[in-house]
Amino acid sequence: MNKGNKVILRIIGILTGLLFLSPFYIVVINAFKTKKELFMDTLGLPNSFSFDNFVEAWKRLDFLSVFFNSLIITVGSIVFIIIFSSMAAWMLQRTKSKLSNLIFFGYIAAMLIPFQAVMLPLVRVMGNLNLLNIPGLMFMYVGFGSSLSIFLYHGFVKGIPTALDEAATIDGCNSWQTFWHIIFPILKPITITVAILNTVWIWNDFLLPSLVINRPGTRTIPLATFFFFGEYTKQWHLALAGLGLAIIPVIIFYFFAQKHIIESVTAGSVK
Amino acid sequence: MKRSKLAFWGFVGPSLFAFSLVVIIPLLVGIYYSFTDWNGIRSQVNFVGLTNYLDIFKDEGFVQAFIFTTKFTIASVISINIMGFSLALLVTRKLKISNALRTIFFMPNLIGGLILGFIWQFIFTKGFATLGELTGQRWLLGWLSNQETGFWGMVILMAWQMSGYLMVIYVAAIQNIPKELVEAAQIDGANAWERTKHIIFPLVRPAFTVSLFLTLSNSFKLYDQNLSLTGGGPANSTQMIAMNIYNTAFKFNEMGVAQAKAVVFFLVIGVITISQVYITKKSEVEM
Repeated sequence: MNKGNKVILRIIGILTGLLFLSPFYIVVINAFKTKKELFMDTLGLPNSFSFDNFVEAWKRLDFLSVFFNSLIITVGSIVFIIIFSSMAAWMLQRTKSKLSNLIFFGYIAAMLIPFQAVMLPLVRVMGNLNLLNIPGLMFMYVGFGSSLSIFLYHGFVKGIPTALDEAATIDGCNSWQTFWHIIFPILKPITITVAILNTVWIWNDFLLPSLVINRPGTRTIPLATFFFFGEYTKQWHLALAGLGLAIIPVIIFYFFAQKHIIESVTAGSVK
Repeated sequence: MKRSKLAFWGFVGPSLFAFSLVVIIPLLVGIYYSFTDWNGIRSQVNFVGLTNYLDIFKDEGFVQAFIFTTKFTIASVISINIMGFSLALLVTRKLKISNALRTIFFMPNLIGGLILGFIWQFIFTKGFATLGELTGQRWLLGWLSNQETGFWGMVILMAWQMSGYLMVIYVAAIQNIPKELVEAAQIDGANAWERTKHIIFPLVRPAFTVSLFLTLSNSFKLYDQNLSLTGGGPANSTQMIAMNIYNTAFKFNEMGVAQAKAVVFFLVIGVITISQVYITKKSEVEM
């Protein structure tokens, strides 16, 4: 490629990059404005960078407790998804029987089921079991998360030689010991993928928690944002500060785990 | 190697228990409910045969949501794939800024659809209006206040959110193409466009199958962005199927009808995505 082309490509790249960033720019600059300033001009820089809007939004969102609800639900669900999906996937892959194949096929086929098809009976069944609460929500995430997670683990287990399992058995390990001492540590790369893909989904999920834990005190970030936004549509300066707060944890996560995130997304989609 | 039944169920059981209770049982119960007059409140549930299914097609709101969703899916699948592929070509050109660009393009994809919808609501209604007044471009005024701008607003939002995701998939595919192939074509005198058309396009076909599947099902099932960007308005003109089902169930308490719509929704998604994967897989080239 000659130099001239490279310069043109770089300019195109920079312009597209700026275009992609512009929505964030608009949120940030307007979140610093007063109501009056924002009304006068939505594209210019604010007169002063005062954090008043953020402080106000933080208080009204009850951000700290909402953040911890999101964190507990996400981390809790993912720990259980990892434990149960990896166990099931290993056993399903190593057992050659019709039943085993049928169960695995069931998990895969279920990926096509849209949430709306199970939503109404689910709420009813869970309501009868008294599970419309945070532990119940985590249980539901384990159920919904199992399809993709088992699929990914299953593919990875296929690449681990059965000789390893056999050696462990000869050395006197039972299935439980073989799995946790020998197999699970080898699964680490795919465990990271499973963890990241489920984190992105569960952290941002709105519809399911809105049906299950939609009460003050148990709301997650998306739920709280939705209610906050409903109350403050005429007050964009506060609403945008709230959106800014909601985005910050994701940006921090992205900043630290970018390489893993992009690799996981590729692995999760291409397989 | 033989393992006991106990070990099998011990390992598969916990996951299968949650999966059955959350997915399989509600799916079956839901199919049953779609043939009843269940309204979510009365405990008495009567079997009504195909009435709910026949009602769906008389329901103008649903038919209109179905048409809107189909048009939206076509527009967004095309734009997301073209943008995603173009971004992938751009960031694989070994520019100094390639890595930074990749980070930026992918970022919107990690933020929840609900929040992104609110952000763009502000941009379309306030930002566009300011820009329109400054430059005198009248088409920038009144966004999201009618069906047309609501439609394109959602397409733009989805293209911004998802094209970085597809970029990542296409990048992986492009990097898998052996360098010798591209170099050989270059020596033979193929220009950049010819190389893209005859070498890169055919060899990224598997990635295209995946991308088409992801964008098709995501666009067709869209709910969060629809809710936060337009709320289905004005006057339900931008309501998509998922939102129509939600409203039928929770605003009008017609659970049986909502469930019948959900079953139809499931079947349509199944048929579209399975036939898409079948058709695009057939035309992939082996290397």
